[in-house]
Amino acid sequence: MSYEFNLAHFRNDFPILNEKVRGKDLVYFDNAASAQKPAAVIQTLENFYQSAYANVHRGVHYLSEKATDLYEASRTTIKNFINSQVPEEVIFVRGTTEAINLVSQCFVKPRLNAGDEILISTMEHHANIVPWQVICEQTGAVLKIIPITDEGEICFDEFVKLISPKTKFISVVHISNALGTINPVEKLIDVAHQHDIPVMLDGAQSVVHQKIDVQKLGCDFFAFSGHKLYGPTGIGVLYGKKSFLEKMPPYQVGGEMIRKVSFEKTTYNDLPHKFEAGTPHIAGAVGLAAAINYIAGIGLEKIAAHEKSLLEYATQQIIQFNHVRLIGTAKDKAGILSFVYEGVHAHDLGTILDQEGVAVRTGHHCCMPLMSRMNVAATARASFALYNTFEEVDVFIHALKKVQEIFSL
Amino acid sequence: MSDNFLLRELYQEVIIDHNKNPRHFYVMEKCTHHAEGYNPLCGDQLTVYLQIENNLIKDISFKGQGCAISTASASLMTEALLNKSIDEAKLLFQHFHALVTHENIQSSEVSVSGMEKLTVLKGVQEFPSRVKCATLAWHTFSAALNQQKTPASTE
Repeated sequence: MSYEFNLAHFRNDFPILNEKVRGKDLVYFDNAASAQKPAAVIQTLENFYQSAYANVHRGVHYLSEKATDLYEASRTTIKNFINSQVPEEVIFVRGTTEAINLVSQCFVKPRLNAGDEILISTMEHHANIVPWQVICEQTGAVLKIIPITDEGEICFDEFVKLISPKTKFISVVHISNALGTINPVEKLIDVAHQHDIPVMLDGAQSVVHQKIDVQKLGCDFFAFSGHKLYGPTGIGVLYGKKSFLEKMPPYQVGGEMIRKVSFEKTTYNDLPHKFEAGTPHIAGAVGLAAAINYIAGIGLEKIAAHEKSLLEYATQQIIQFNHVRLIGTAKDKAGILSFVYEGVHAHDLGTILDQEGVAVRTGHHCCMPLMSRMNVAATARASFALYNTFEEVDVFIHALKKVQEIFSL
Repeated sequence: MSDNFLLRELYQEVIIDHNKNPRHFYVMEKCTHHAEGYNPLCGDQLTVYLQIENNLIKDISFKGQGCAISTASASLMTEALLNKSIDEAKLLFQHFHALVTHENIQSSEVSVSGMEKLTVLKGVQEFPSRVKCATLAWHTFSAALNQQKTPASTE
């Protein structure tokens, strides 16, 4: 396979990849949980705290202006990155989880009556299940689940059948963290919009693996986290269409999000600040913009192509083990490889791989209903990033042979 | 200590054997106590059944699904606890917990009967993230003694 992707150069950008684990080279295959940070991001954070840090908005001194400029410039970077129409459609939150909670409480709940319906899919992460369960409980609305195939694809016909006059909202994952499935969300949103049903996308994985254009996708809300996108933890983004965000009541209240406060009456600020109460994770936003600039410099399409090659190679190798069963075999997949090793619990497998320096995630991946549907207690998951290599896949496969040996399979 | 050695110690033959062929592995229809245990970290799930008469563990069994460490530990536990008194069992739990968490506890002059076989799990010391797998069965046993209504967990 030939592609112009100067891997060695990019690996040098990530200091942590030089770490030894149990005396072995680190093979970090847990990127779907969180990605490692390039020096560009680490340096940006350091520089920010060293020379530009102050609290943002409303300060009249130099550092406050500087910090505010950087913070709002980050917002613009993200606006361009996901192609939202205006910067005020970009709300900084803590992460995907907070974004979904915000939308559920402030957009969906006020619109729900008892008996109304919300649609999600079987493959959702708990962050895209529990908030909906809560508001259904609070309002008497009903959560309906779009079924999936054994391969881990949405049953599109069943989805269409589930739509009813009572359907008030749909929230689905764009790319599944456990299966790697890339869902046909544009088609899904088209159908939803024909019925005037707004749609939210959980973009925690998709923002990392493909170019996101919220205009093209047509989604009404889109959520993602910074730490999976090679950025800092504690920062994420909620994108929402301005017309919706404007009509929503605030999520958290306090400073920053107000216009005027008196004991008689308090009025709220405009977008985006209406949804950004308190001092934000200023460095987080600045670091996130640095991460986006870094990967935009490489090119998301190149990264996705590289991850796809890794996935193909790893899949070819792993299916040669008699006891391995792949979980998540959709036609359209991102660089995520979930599997079970019959006779060996994922947790034991993970420990043995760890001893070889290989980091994979084992367990239910915050998708307990999905595990249940796929008839497994847990899976082991290898997930790839721009800095992973074919040699690393070889180490991973070699470590699996160790598992075979120890369990005499 | 080479890491290969540590791994071999953790997954030694006895443990692999107890995982493949767990002892006392059945649902006890006529139990006097039982409790469910759950390790939310990785989905280990097991139920411990007890038949207690005159403060003695006359019978003990378990059923469930989980990793090799949790299954082997549960199996070894049932062997260690069978025909022990409640007090002896509680002491064993203390010592076992100390063993896997590398704690130093005041050990009495009298060696705790039943510990010898359990020391095979000593390797868990080097794998902190797996301690909860090793102790799940014991926490569940404890819950069964207290007849807890909600499932035991290692949290």
